[in-house]
Amino acid sequence: MMLAAGLDRLARLGRFLWSGWAGLAGLCLLAAAWQAGHEAYGDFILPAPLATLAAAAQLIGDGTARDLLILTIGRALQGFALCALIGTVAGVIAGYSPATLRLSRPILTVVLGVPPIAWIVLAMIWFGGSDTTVVVTILVSAAPVVFVGAVEGVVTRDRGLDQMAQVFGAGPVRRFATVAARQIAAHLMPALVLALGNSFKVAVMAELLANAGGIGGALARSRAMLDIAQALAWVSLAVAALIVVEYGLIRPIKAELERWRDAATPWGVKR
Amino acid sequence: MSLLELTGIAHAFFGRTVLDRIALTVGRGEVLCLLGPSGSGKSTVAHIAAGLIEPTEGRVTRHYARHAMVFQDPRLMPWATVARNIGLPLRLARTPRRDRAGLCRAAAIRAGLLPEDLGKFPVELSGGMRQRTAIARALVGDPDFVYFDEPFTALDVALKRRMQDLVIAAAADGRFGALFITHDLMEAIRIGHRILVLDRHGHGIVGARQIPGQPGGRSDEECFTLRQQMLQDDPLFAHVHDIDERARP
Repeated sequence: MMLAAGLDRLARLGRFLWSGWAGLAGLCLLAAAWQAGHEAYGDFILPAPLATLAAAAQLIGDGTARDLLILTIGRALQGFALCALIGTVAGVIAGYSPATLRLSRPILTVVLGVPPIAWIVLAMIWFGGSDTTVVVTILVSAAPVVFVGAVEGVVTRDRGLDQMAQVFGAGPVRRFATVAARQIAAHLMPALVLALGNSFKVAVMAELLANAGGIGGALARSRAMLDIAQALAWVSLAVAALIVVEYGLIRPIKAELERWRDAATPWGVKR
Repeated sequence: MSLLELTGIAHAFFGRTVLDRIALTVGRGEVLCLLGPSGSGKSTVAHIAAGLIEPTEGRVTRHYARHAMVFQDPRLMPWATVARNIGLPLRLARTPRRDRAGLCRAAAIRAGLLPEDLGKFPVELSGGMRQRTAIARALVGDPDFVYFDEPFTALDVALKRRMQDLVIAAAADGRFGALFITHDLMEAIRIGHRILVLDRHGHGIVGARQIPGQPGGRSDEECFTLRQQMLQDDPLFAHVHDIDERARP
């Protein structure tokens, strides 16, 4: 039984890695368009993709990139973890309590309506150019998405399953743990993927505007020196960091939770 | 000594009375069929008896330790394998982990599933197999009482028969009493010891009939003759097959 489960997991991992080729092909198409733009507009406006890669490799090679990357990723993950925690807990509570939900809907609309850039300005005034500014901005701009995901998960859950668990003797807490949690997670995962991407974007933006170092700070410097190749190199490093975190952390959890969906997909769709 | 006793049960949804003056008792080892046209509120009776719905009036007395239910739809957890779905009641009852696998397997085989089905997800099963899983889940915890809430309505005729045989066999092992909700008179005659007929509008039980013989011991001819007799000569069953599809359950 254990062996079979292990083999199944290995097979899924293999399929996942194999599907990387398709992703790579897509990226190559993008690079081709980029190369065409480079050849049309010249080196100053749009450096070649290979030149950008070389610049990025150099940044990593001479060690300047490492600390900045760690700083930005750390901030983004800190903000993401906070917004995931707060958004999920608040969303689940609101989902189970219609009164709270009704009260929080307008608040949510207001919070979502304020552009992230405004939050950055406010956070800068409150906290200065520090980690807190970045983390708070991420929290405020990404938590509503997670909140809505959790609420949707709770309110659209199959109440028949709740009844079923109740008949077999589950109290409210065990009903939540055995039956509701998985249904909420199904709605929460896409929201978390979105929030993670948002966290990285907002982290870089907040760093740039608050002059708080990290990749954003480096981008600001490249802009000041009109060093397009370096700016693009930093951008691609930020994207690469996001991809590593998303596919190393979130996607495996998602795949594990959605194993049953995989079982239902026909062979041709699977690979 | 009765296993389940309902007295003076009444229930209203949003001010609309759906049940009134319902009283019934189910004895030890008895399969009681509650028959009524669609929309008469018979599912609500089962849900009240099982404690899923709080009645607005009346008393439910349960003299058993553990109950289970087979719903109209299988109500399986789509993310869990058949084995884990069947094992849910054991998990909830905190049965030791090492005993669970064996009990699940036994219940699955009793419900006509094969050992290789245990690792499958519900999406990979046909409708009949899903309902078999639901039956296995109901039987796995060795309950003293089982509620059947129109469990086979959605199945085709041949499948329905096999599921009924499954219930008859399980009940003949004699370990549980059951309240079987149905609107199909033939099903009630095949499965039950006794039939209660619910009023068309849920206003009380209109009458009761003892079915001669034992479930499983009645031949097809006997069942069919009995059904014809009841439908033609017995005024109690005059409205049983009436359908009002606009009435809310």
